[in-house]
This record gives sequence, C-alpha cells and structure tokens, in this order.
Amino acid sequence: MKKIAFTTSGHDLDAALDPRFGRAQRFLIYDLEHQVFCTLENDQSRNAAQGAGILAAETMVKAGVDALVTGHCGPKAFKVLDAAGVTVYHCSAATVQEALHQVQGGVVSPADAADVDGHW
Amino acid sequence: MARSMRIAIASGKGGTGKTTVSLNLAAMFGGPVQLADCDVEEPNINLFLRCDKLVSNHVSMLVPEVDPKLCNGCGKCSEICRFRGIVSLGAKALVFPELCHGCGGCAMVCPRQAITEQPHRIGSVAVGQAGQIRLVEGRLQVGVSLVPPVIRAVREQLLDDLPALLDAPPGTSCPVVATLRETDYVLLVTDPTPFGLHDLKLAVAMVRELGLPCGVVINRAGNDQVGLHHYCMDENLPVLLELPEDRQIAEVVSKGELVSHALPEYGRMFGTLAERLYEVAGRIGGRR
Repeated sequence: MKKIAFTTSGHDLDAALDPRFGRAQRFLIYDLEHQVFCTLENDQSRNAAQGAGILAAETMVKAGVDALVTGHCGPKAFKVLDAAGVTVYHCSAATVQEALHQVQGGVVSPADAADVDGHW
Repeated sequence: MARSMRIAIASGKGGTGKTTVSLNLAAMFGGPVQLADCDVEEPNINLFLRCDKLVSNHVSMLVPEVDPKLCNGCGKCSEICRFRGIVSLGAKALVFPELCHGCGGCAMVCPRQAITEQPHRIGSVAVGQAGQIRLVEGRLQVGVSLVPPVIRAVREQLLDDLPALLDAPPGTSCPVVATLRETDYVLLVTDPTPFGLHDLKLAVAMVRELGLPCGVVINRAGNDQVGLHHYCMDENLPVLLELPEDRQIAEVVSKGELVSHALPEYGRMFGTLAERLYEVAGRIGGRR
C-alpha cells in the first residue's frame, strides 16, 4: 500500500475525517512512502445531481490510490472501488491523523461490502 | 385527418388544484374525452374516477448489459456516459441501471461489441373507462427516478380522434415539459398566494419558451393581495376560471367525489370553461 485517501473537511492531518464519501468536502491523499500529503477537491461529485459516489470513486481511481479511508461507503461507490482494486476502510476516527494510525496499526480492517445504503 | 385538441393542465406550485380542474373539466366536457394522468410519481385521478377495469402495460427502457468475456475495460463506454450509468476504470464495465438514461451511446462506441441493450422496467401505463372519460394513467416504478419516458409512454396511448386533457406534475422541469410537448393549449392553475404567483411566473416563462398559448385558472380565489390579476392583465394572460375559496369544495374532494357532480353550481362553471377552451384551443387544435 503506497497511497491512501482520506475524506476530510480540512486541509491537514489534524482536520476532521469526513464521514461521507461521495459528498465529502475533499480528499487528503497521503503518500506512505515519502510521508507527504496533498489534498484534492471533490467539487464535481458534490455538485452532481446523482451518482456522486460513483464519481468520487472515479476520482480515487484516477488519483491512483490503493486505499480509501472514510466514514461510510454506499453500494455503488463500493462496487466501483472494489472493481478497481481500491481497498476501503470504514473508520470512525475523529481526525485524519487518528485514522491513519488506526489503519497502520491494524485497528480497522478492510471492508468487504458497503456499510450503508445509497443516500444515507 | 386532423388530430383532436390536446390541453395540458399545469402549474408551477404544487397543490393548486390541477387534478381537481382536470377531473371536473373532463366530467363537464360535454362529450367523450381522454384524461391523461401524467403525474406519474403519484397518479391520483383514478381515486376519483374509479374505473371498473384498468388494463396495464409495462414501460421499459433499454439499458446496457456487458458481456464480461468480450469487455477489455477500454473505458470508452464510461467516457461517453453523462450519468455514470456505466463505469469502466481499467476494469470490466459496471452497469448502474438506475442511473442510465437509455441513450444507447455506450453500445454504439464499444469497439468490441461487448454491450447489448436489454429492457429494464421503469413503470406502467394503464387504460380504463369511466362514463365518457377514457383514462390513461402513468405510474413510475418505485425506486426509479426517470420520469419523462413514462410520461411519453402515456402520450403514446392517447387516441388522435378524441380530445385529451393532460394532468401535468407540478413544477417546471423535464416531467412537465414532457407532458406539454405536442399539446395545443396549456391551462395554468394557480392560487392568489405569494408562492402561487411566483411559481406562475416560472410556469408562464416555460410555456412561452415552448411556444404554446396559455390561460389561467385561479383556484381559492377571493382576496387577491398579491396582485395576481394585475400580473395576468399585464402579461395578457386570459383568466378563464376563478374557483372561489369554499369549504364545501374541500369536503367533496376529501370524500373522493367530483365537485361538478356534488355541487352543480361549480359544475356549470367547469362547463363554461370547457366551452371557452373549445373557442380558444379548438381553433388551433389539430393544426399538426
């Protein structure tokens, strides 16, 4: 695993983990190898009338991430991420930093299915 | 042969009385008439008509089906799809029928002919008869959000040689436009409230964009404090009927009865409205 995406409402590791995926404010993409991060806005999905989860999943695949850490992920988004080989972690951590520790420490495990219905 | 006139009953604001006007106009039409329930998300005309028998047919739309043996994940289908109905990201294409709009673009661009189109049920259209009224009722399948194809299916069931009244859904978006297409005249039902006037203005703009003539029915008329009459006068919109604010009307409607039958004085008003429509729309009816 080299690159992990976190849904967040802020701009750094101390920012809150956004529990939403498709309608998340933005993504923080953390490079485990070089221990650096960048952020990626999620405007296109947030403004989509329908299919926000699918569009956000496309954004993840195009950003080349290996894993996604978010609060909840719906069935359509999960299907796309799963098909593209992106590992999904459902995590209730308050901040991105905390979520990163939980994933690295094996506190949370990869999801094998969506954990909420669409439009939850 | 010239087609009989088609009149749509629409409004911007919801709950102004479109269905009440449609039903009573049909009841007092003075001859055989078709009544189309185009509010397919919540059709309710038959609650009042109670046709003995409704013959229902499925409405389907073609959605893609991917042959995984042929798909190589090139992503061309995904690129052309505006609605994420088909997604392929370096892997075999995934189909989301509930987001598909049935354009067929993905099947056309697939270089390996991996996509075939299969019917997917999105609703139903039922036809029934109650006295002089031939009802055509559209009903959207639960869980489906694509309304216009079901409305088009309702329109396809209308007979050319009988006049038709089309009860539109509220608002001014695609489902309403789908209802208004190929009609000869639009009756806009409103009420003298700030919302009623605001949404009437939107509806008038929509109807004019479509190039259709229209007139206004004011429901719950009485104290016009918002300048509805002034607006209609300024915009040259004929007010074809004013139905007064009357508790008796609400009581009759709440029992599922027809106002025209239960309260003959209002029945006469709808009869006059039908005559006026023959004058204004009958002239232009059948021009296509």
